[in-house]
Amino acid sequence: MDHLKNPLTANIRPGKPPFSLKEYEQAGGYQAVRKALHSLTPGEVTAMVKASNLRGRGGAGFPTGQKWSFIPMGADAIRPKYLVVNADEMEPAAFKDRMLLEGNPHQLIEGIIVAGYAIQADIAYIFLRREYTLPAKRLKTAIAEAYAGHYLGQNILESDFSLQLYLHESAGRYICGEETALLNSLEGRRAAPRAKPPFPPVVGLWGKPTTPNNVETISNVPHIVNHGAAWFKGLSHSPDGGTKIYGVSGRVKRPGAWELPMGTTLREILEEQAGGMREGFKLRGVIPGGGSTDFLMEEHLDLKMDFDGPKQGGSRLGTGTIVVLDDQTCPVGLVHNLMQFFARESCGWCTPCREGLSWTARILAAIESGQGQSEDFARLQKHTRLLGPGHTFCALAPGAMEPLQSALKYFEEDFNRHIREKRCPWR
Amino acid sequence: MATIYIDGRPYEIEEGQNLLQACLGLGFEVPYFCWHPALNSVGACRQCAVKRFKDEKDERGEIVMACMTPADEGTRISIDDPEAKEFRAAVIEWLMVNHPHDCPVCDEGGECHLQDMTVMTGHNYREYRFEKRTHRNQDLGPFINHEMNRCIQCYRCVRFYHNYAGGRDLNVFGCHDHVYFGRQQPGTLENEFSGNLVEICPTGVFTDKTEKRHFTRKWDLQTAPSVCMHCSLGCNTLPGERYGRLRRIRNRYHHEINGYFLCDRGRYGYEFVNCERRIREPLRRNGHTLQPVSWEMLRPQVAACLADSSRIVGIGSPRASLEANFALRTLVGPDRFCGGMSAGDDRLVTAALRILQQGPARLPSLNDVRRADAVLVLGEDVADTAPLLALALRQLIHRKAARVAQRVKLPRWNDAGIREVVQNEKEMLFIATPHSTRLDDAALKTWRAAPDDLIRLGFAVAAALNPQAPAVTNLPAEIGSLADEIARTLGGAERPLVVSGTGCGSEALLQAAANVAWALCAQGSPAQICFALPECNSMGTALMEAQSLKEVVDAVQSGRADTVIILENDLYRRADAAAVNALFEAAQHVIVIDHLTTATGDRAELILPAATFAEASGTVVNNEGRAQRFYRVFAPAGEVRESWRWMQKMMTAAGNTAAAGWQKLDDVVAALAEALPLFDPILLAAPPAEFRQMGSKIPRQSHRYSGRTAMLADISVHEPKPPEDVDSPLAFSMEGYDGQPPADLIQRFWAPGWNSVQALNKFQAEIGGPLRGGDPGRRLIEPALDAEITYFKKIPSARPADGEWILVAVHHIFGAEELSMATAGVAERAPRPYVALNADDAAELGTAAGEEVEVRWNSRRHRLPVRLMPSLPRRVAGMPVGLPGWPGLNLPAGARIFRGDDHD
Amino acid sequence: MLTTEEKKEIEAEFPHYEQKRAVCVEALKIVQRHRGWVSDEALLAVAEFLEMTPAELDAVATFYNLIFRKPVGKHVILVCDSVSCWIMGYERVLGHLKARLGIDLGETTGDGLFTLLPIVCLGACDQAPAMMIDEELYGNLNPAKIDEILASYS
Repeated sequence: MDHLKNPLTANIRPGKPPFSLKEYEQAGGYQAVRKALHSLTPGEVTAMVKASNLRGRGGAGFPTGQKWSFIPMGADAIRPKYLVVNADEMEPAAFKDRMLLEGNPHQLIEGIIVAGYAIQADIAYIFLRREYTLPAKRLKTAIAEAYAGHYLGQNILESDFSLQLYLHESAGRYICGEETALLNSLEGRRAAPRAKPPFPPVVGLWGKPTTPNNVETISNVPHIVNHGAAWFKGLSHSPDGGTKIYGVSGRVKRPGAWELPMGTTLREILEEQAGGMREGFKLRGVIPGGGSTDFLMEEHLDLKMDFDGPKQGGSRLGTGTIVVLDDQTCPVGLVHNLMQFFARESCGWCTPCREGLSWTARILAAIESGQGQSEDFARLQKHTRLLGPGHTFCALAPGAMEPLQSALKYFEEDFNRHIREKRCPWR
Repeated sequence: MATIYIDGRPYEIEEGQNLLQACLGLGFEVPYFCWHPALNSVGACRQCAVKRFKDEKDERGEIVMACMTPADEGTRISIDDPEAKEFRAAVIEWLMVNHPHDCPVCDEGGECHLQDMTVMTGHNYREYRFEKRTHRNQDLGPFINHEMNRCIQCYRCVRFYHNYAGGRDLNVFGCHDHVYFGRQQPGTLENEFSGNLVEICPTGVFTDKTEKRHFTRKWDLQTAPSVCMHCSLGCNTLPGERYGRLRRIRNRYHHEINGYFLCDRGRYGYEFVNCERRIREPLRRNGHTLQPVSWEMLRPQVAACLADSSRIVGIGSPRASLEANFALRTLVGPDRFCGGMSAGDDRLVTAALRILQQGPARLPSLNDVRRADAVLVLGEDVADTAPLLALALRQLIHRKAARVAQRVKLPRWNDAGIREVVQNEKEMLFIATPHSTRLDDAALKTWRAAPDDLIRLGFAVAAALNPQAPAVTNLPAEIGSLADEIARTLGGAERPLVVSGTGCGSEALLQAAANVAWALCAQGSPAQICFALPECNSMGTALMEAQSLKEVVDAVQSGRADTVIILENDLYRRADAAAVNALFEAAQHVIVIDHLTTATGDRAELILPAATFAEASGTVVNNEGRAQRFYRVFAPAGEVRESWRWMQKMMTAAGNTAAAGWQKLDDVVAALAEALPLFDPILLAAPPAEFRQMGSKIPRQSHRYSGRTAMLADISVHEPKPPEDVDSPLAFSMEGYDGQPPADLIQRFWAPGWNSVQALNKFQAEIGGPLRGGDPGRRLIEPALDAEITYFKKIPSARPADGEWILVAVHHIFGAEELSMATAGVAERAPRPYVALNADDAAELGTAAGEEVEVRWNSRRHRLPVRLMPSLPRRVAGMPVGLPGWPGLNLPAGARIFRGDDHD
Repeated sequence: MLTTEEKKEIEAEFPHYEQKRAVCVEALKIVQRHRGWVSDEALLAVAEFLEMTPAELDAVATFYNLIFRKPVGKHVILVCDSVSCWIMGYERVLGHLKARLGIDLGETTGDGLFTLLPIVCLGACDQAPAMMIDEELYGNLNPAKIDEILASYS
């Protein structure tokens, strides 16, 4: 694997333990830390990341360099400042961060140090979901190695920059992946999200300036510093810089995750990487970016999977991990499964999400089991309209509505069959 | 001022508000749940959705939550937008998904905010057909009933209980659509403001358990504006009555005093009005028993007792109204009238009054307290003696919040955001008391010491502020530096405040507090000073230039008087039993006028049944010197009568014409103001009885009051004429002026479509601000702000290290006040007498918690069980005061303590 | 009462956070590691140690599904019921587990060996259907594999 073409995965050896510190250094690791600390100012690092068009890989796609520039800098800035890495990957069908955490924890750590330097953070946390036990083990080892190697702690590599890094494991709950809910969880509270404004760079952890960033996003940072913004942009097939870890699950020949140029088409990912549908199954549609994105259909397969492409089909890139709906799986059942997930994972803070998601899940259960009413379709549609962004306190419910609203659009007849025939035709 | 556009029209509003406040203030009907004027915005319920447009051309707009959106200059919204309306109705429908729809059996029905908002949004048909989630309820103690199925998860309860009131045992549990509000284990809610949950909760989850025992719908209650009688703060209340029983107390908003909240003693201490100890007809002693007798029968006996006016003395009461006290004073003459306070209280309240009157420190209202930015609490356990004052001190955090909000450019109403920035930072509050208080967690620093050392600290702070104030000699370095720190903090503040009170029992403590406040004034600071006083009309009686109890008792004991009239007072709470017994031995005639049987009543020859605050109108003066009118809620049955009317009857019977002209309360008030010009402002404290609104009286009963014929049909089907109220513009009727009465006469908070307490919004000129037309009451004391300062000079010496014990008073919110103890839930939470010791002292004495020790003080000796109170300093012991049969007078006092089986 | 070991482990977390309270979730997990679950008594002990009230701590504990406030068996099976596993055979996996163990979701086997709980997407979607037992992840499940896996636990 060419580390210049596949920087994120070049040093990942599937089925083998990740690089130790020594191995990582031998492969060129921690050069970005040296470069940043010894020859770049924090502002210069941020400028490089801005110029690279790196956009957040957690699903929102906010330009990373711009996000960092919201952190107050200078001697008067409130301290301590925090960098928080969101390793709470719990989006249904998302498994790309796991690959990076298990495969190359030092890459993430290096990215944390460089990003921390850019915003002059004092403390960094990796907020890791509890169920990721292998990543936890490997991260603990890697962090200890990094401290021992003087890449973390006081005066890193004898510079003025100090950074403490702590691994914080969660106790469950999908909502912890919402960046402000994550902050509340880190503070030892119930993980309800916070209202924005204020935004985390102004009022973050314990009211201090904080930048939350995704694992994949941060993992890109050392490479940008090493090889430059132009190189990073050049990797991509689209204005959005870099590569992307794409994944496919469902009834394809080769489910998995792969690092490809940002903007690779949906078709290429499905057919070339995942090998197309398994014998005996046909593609009905896909959810392109994890559980909270809209369905895309056969006619959309040539869309580029960058931040813009799926929008043209009415969907989003999200996490870039694709779920394939085959022709022998009931779409109503699939959407019911997703709604059950979202209803159960609602934090319970705001009314429409707390009550509305549960209600839609029950309607879908009724439809799936043959007890749907003719008005149920309209009830579901009303929910997709009302549980929109801004209507609820955070993006969980609007995200839940994305697969539902597109399923109602594309699989309307399937829903109606269930209601008419009073049974699930797939069972 | 800013201009915003609502449905196309421009409106001018005060800057800094959110859209919900602005719209409500303008009179627009926007539904909401989680926002509250005292709790600000969190944006949880999503009920207040409106449509906001970017500019005039924007036709689509976006839905925003009014409570979380700043009402900035140029903001354009639509309330009537069809999408916004649809969304608001949908929010109700979502809340109805799990709601049990049990209005017919729910206490909240008829004053339910959820009902009101449901009607307001127009939602009326439930499409949900699946199972509803249910919860198990908890027993939360004697005051609050719990019915969790009704919960709409607005989170107001925990935000009030924890953020506003500092309570830590109520919280939210669970997740998604199975969220639960309650305690970790069932049990009595610990916080003394828990009763406010009843009004804060927009549904029937938290309801008044005492009201449940004699439940009445809001629309069936007869209500009138009243004042709480259970401490000196004078919080405004709305008692409600039906069938001759007082059913409940609700908060009556007063911007300067209690605001939106009451304490549990005030809310639940009303059952004495209904209890079986009530005296409902005149009683005459016959041997060992008291027998009911009509006034007509008693008249000649009374006339005979009072025949020689020079031989009558009157003992008034700090828990009786000004008019009742003045009537007694008129009957016995100023020279033979005393205010009925204990010697200690008399001395202290008089001292406090003088300090307040003379100035130059300002005298704050509770609203001013909330806005102070640095406070020293010297010696007073305000959480127990003046609970709403403690609650006001908790809100100092808003001072910090205001500064913080500016820094991060957050609007003041963004509750969660501001709390996140402020974190656990404490506002500049110093508490120096003999033992720990429930307010300690809000304090920057606390200090525990014996009373003399607290006094010395106070003097030291004053000296540190101003060299003219006398210095304290032999002050240990650490106390000196604490004094310096307090001085620095108060000195650098914009609105510093000194709080003290009579609870500690020390005049020198009040003087030390005064010195601090005056030293601040000397450096140009607008310093404030306020004192917690013992009772609801301690200030009133102190202002009446009365004799002392001792003088009056001496008159009887020396034979100069032989008849004692005691007004609403149990003398065994005012002086040692021996002295009171001696008084009763010496007196020939003892006439008592009171509501309840007491130990004093047991010694009376005649008892006349006095009307309680709910059955009489009158005026009381709070610790701020604010004279406030409380109004009769209902006309009592039988011979119960206002105390002043009993005085008048007695005077008439005895041929004393001094009160002949008193037809109504206003006449008494006028006579009082004439006799004691200091009371002049009370003529304006309430409208005259002749006041009418649009020619009509103000009805005590709502326009939906039901059963007025049926309720008396067993007596007579001919509906009797309602009782007449000559004393006030209020009527015992449904008929009268139907709209908003003036602030002084607000008898309920109701407006069309607003049946719940939220109707209060309509009565305020600005949401969260004063009542329209100004809040009731008039201050009688205005300190002279440019007075010359004469510092107090008498500083007690340092306590010797191995000196005798000092016994200090411990006040219990449940237990220390006489009338509220008649409520079962209050009595069950009150302690029995004990002696509290520091753990080291207990160990040294060889005793442990629960064991008995003998305590000797003021020539008394008692065996008392030991309670461990770790916060007490060494050789300082605490004793509860005010308990039934245990008044705890003349503290602090030197004491000796012996282990149970030791004697000297 | 917390054991010395539990206290030590909790104290080790304090320096990592600006405020003590932030340790509370980890403290609950530490106690759970030692005791299997968090009883009321354990909750009170942790609350006291962290200077929180029981209500404040339980408010947090009951929010998170991986803090067990009810007793669990020696081994906790978390069977993923999210979309990819659902497509790839979750219902069959669940059915087999229920039959093999004789319990339903939320229950513990009579011998106290296994508790069966649902869990959200485990991030192992390319090995769907998947489950975890304690700290181990198992993917590409089928009835035979499940039997083998269960047999390896005692």
